[in-house]
Amino acid sequence: MKNSTINFLLAGVGGQGTLLASDIVAEVGLSVGLDVKKSEVHGMAQRGGAVTSHVRWGESVASPLCEKGTVDYIIAQEMLEALRWLDYLRPAGTVILSTQQLPPTSTVFGSDVYPDKAQVLSAVGQIAGKILLLDALEIAGHLGNRRMANSVLLGALSSQLDVDPHAWLSVIEDKVPPKHKENNRKAFVAGREGKWEILHAPNALNKST
Amino acid sequence: MKVLMSGNEAIARGAWEAGVMVAMAYPGTPSTEILQNVALYEEIYAEWSANEKVALDTAIGAAYAGQRAMAAMKHVGLNVASESLFYASYTGVNAGLVVVTADDPGLHSSQNEQDNRHYARFAKVPMLEPADSQEAKDYVRRALELSETFDTPVLLRSTTRTAHAKSAVVLGDRQAVGKRPYVKNPPKYVMIPGYARLRHPVVEDRMLRLRHWAEQTDLNRVEWRDRSLGVITSGISYQYAREIFPTASILKLGMVWPLPDEKMREFSQQVERLIVIEELDPFIEESVRQLGIQVEGKSIFPLVDELLPEKVREAAVKAELLPGNGSHAAPAVGALPRRPPVLCAGCGHRDVFWVLRKLKVAVNSDIGCYALGVLPPLDSTDTIGCMGASIGVALGMRHAGLDKANVAVIGDSTFFHAGLPALATAIYNRTPLVLLVVDNRTTGMTGHQGNPASGETLSGVEGARIDIAGVSRAMGVQRVSEVEARDLAALEATLREALKSGETCVVVVNTVCVFVASYARQAYRIVTEDCNGCTLCFRIGCPSIFKSEVLDARSGRQKAWIDPASCVGCGLCYDVCARQAIEPGAEKVLA
Repeated sequence: MKNSTINFLLAGVGGQGTLLASDIVAEVGLSVGLDVKKSEVHGMAQRGGAVTSHVRWGESVASPLCEKGTVDYIIAQEMLEALRWLDYLRPAGTVILSTQQLPPTSTVFGSDVYPDKAQVLSAVGQIAGKILLLDALEIAGHLGNRRMANSVLLGALSSQLDVDPHAWLSVIEDKVPPKHKENNRKAFVAGREGKWEILHAPNALNKST
Repeated sequence: MKVLMSGNEAIARGAWEAGVMVAMAYPGTPSTEILQNVALYEEIYAEWSANEKVALDTAIGAAYAGQRAMAAMKHVGLNVASESLFYASYTGVNAGLVVVTADDPGLHSSQNEQDNRHYARFAKVPMLEPADSQEAKDYVRRALELSETFDTPVLLRSTTRTAHAKSAVVLGDRQAVGKRPYVKNPPKYVMIPGYARLRHPVVEDRMLRLRHWAEQTDLNRVEWRDRSLGVITSGISYQYAREIFPTASILKLGMVWPLPDEKMREFSQQVERLIVIEELDPFIEESVRQLGIQVEGKSIFPLVDELLPEKVREAAVKAELLPGNGSHAAPAVGALPRRPPVLCAGCGHRDVFWVLRKLKVAVNSDIGCYALGVLPPLDSTDTIGCMGASIGVALGMRHAGLDKANVAVIGDSTFFHAGLPALATAIYNRTPLVLLVVDNRTTGMTGHQGNPASGETLSGVEGARIDIAGVSRAMGVQRVSEVEARDLAALEATLREALKSGETCVVVVNTVCVFVASYARQAYRIVTEDCNGCTLCFRIGCPSIFKSEVLDARSGRQKAWIDPASCVGCGLCYDVCARQAIEPGAEKVLA
């Protein structure tokens, strides 16, 4: 891991906790001795708008932003947002995809149409090598609090990386309010232990580099 | 110990380590978190000022009095504070003064993407530009030392991608910096023409000495690699240069004004092809070209919008600086529904814009969350310029005989920032004006900071709350009304009367930002059998209202559905529904 950079892109909607989740990914990288950079946007962009955060781990990282076509892991908290940032994924990269759908207001008052699940999966499958599909909201809700959905997603992400899960748990417990520690731990473990469906995308695997 | 810090957190830490005693700001993206983090260090007196000019004047006063000081603002905030920057350039400081300007290339949250490096040249003060959080922290101390050595304010420029990027920082201890004695010295600190005239040559001499210093400082460093390509760059562009041209030699400028002419010349002579990578204006490039050096910059890289790694690569491939690389081609996804930011569920601005839309008046709006009333479906704004511009523009439209009624809309924080002088102008000249001050008790868009109307201070000490209606009356407004945003009928009636009056009118619309105090009521729900999918409630643009899967039998249209998890129970949809198909009392789903 030390010799190459790992790029993450977290995508969600303002209010979904994208920035906190990406802080956790960044802190985990630092805690295992890697150089880390992270970039995000605040202010106007956060009010229910599309939100992304880039995180990069490596021996020495220059740009805090990932380049399009180079992201190893997209962590999408919402289906439309997975599609919106898909051009950042490298060929055969991995997408951790929550099945949550938040139609933007343009699809309510206007004529925009929210893509259906099959469309999203087909488009993501065109480039991804692997999709981890999960209903993070449902899993978190089942554990007692839907706000823990991001910990579920981070658990799923952690299963794909060669990092001690304790490093993840220690950062998560440090970053969330004390009263939510236990539930977040459970949510992370549920995500890590594979309450997801793995979709291998044959299109992308054939042209994987 | 290494910790992960944003550029803004690092600047705050740098201020603490460098012994800063006094710091102030007006919130503005991407600078806001600087002062919020400074306020966590109890050794530093930190406050929100009513605007950036006041912030800078206050910091200047602290520096005159002998304590290291900092003022922080976004790029357009420095426009407001620019008059103060210019006199401070003449007077110099005493103790160190650093002025942080956080620029926003790409306009993530701004009305323009001006390049504030020009202010350094314009005001004849040095400017440092960090490229990551470590430098952001370290450069605060360097800026303060430079400020004291050369008796000048020093600008520290960040951009969105350094301010809001996190990287590892090695922490240091706080430096003990004694208070410098203040000595009354009118020829230095009193800028009447007779004295200011004498200060101008001092400033010019200072610039000459700074130019010499720029050649020597380690803030500007050369990284020698392959000499077939040389890159001059600074700030975040340096990181993109490292990423896209890993084998190129780089002259990395930590000080972007004044520029090290000789160093640039020497560098240029030792590389085969010379390029400048910089965001926005060709600031460095033009200076290099003025030296008679052949250089490329904006002929390759875009002038408009922020640079991104892929943009730098794409431009470089086009200019044959790099071979083409097919693996970076993006898959085609097609057009997707846009997801612009929207007013929050329960936001009182939605009530205001709903009524204004109904009245069909021209709306001169201002800077704040109410900019989210611009886009459809609310679509009820004619103009937005800068902080406080709503009132002046509204007055100008009246003087020009606009053929329909117009109203100015401003928020509580913006009213105190730049609204007061404009209101005074209207009152003084007896100009008809309908001014809506929408008081949501916070500075919303930047993340809910206190302001003179909320009375909440940065330090947490209870401040004074200035009453907007009271201020308006004291200034001489005869027609001052106060209405609740949720009372649509009263709001409409008050506005109609005000528009008819032909007087200078202030309507204070009381509401509370949903982040400050949430509604304790239950969520609303659609009575599905009564809803006919008329779309009226869709047109308030509430992010909690969706199209359901249930179709109306007659019209075939999708009926509405309210998400009980995100609905805060404001009741605007209930008010606008023509069929009483919305009712309160849905079980609130705990998020």
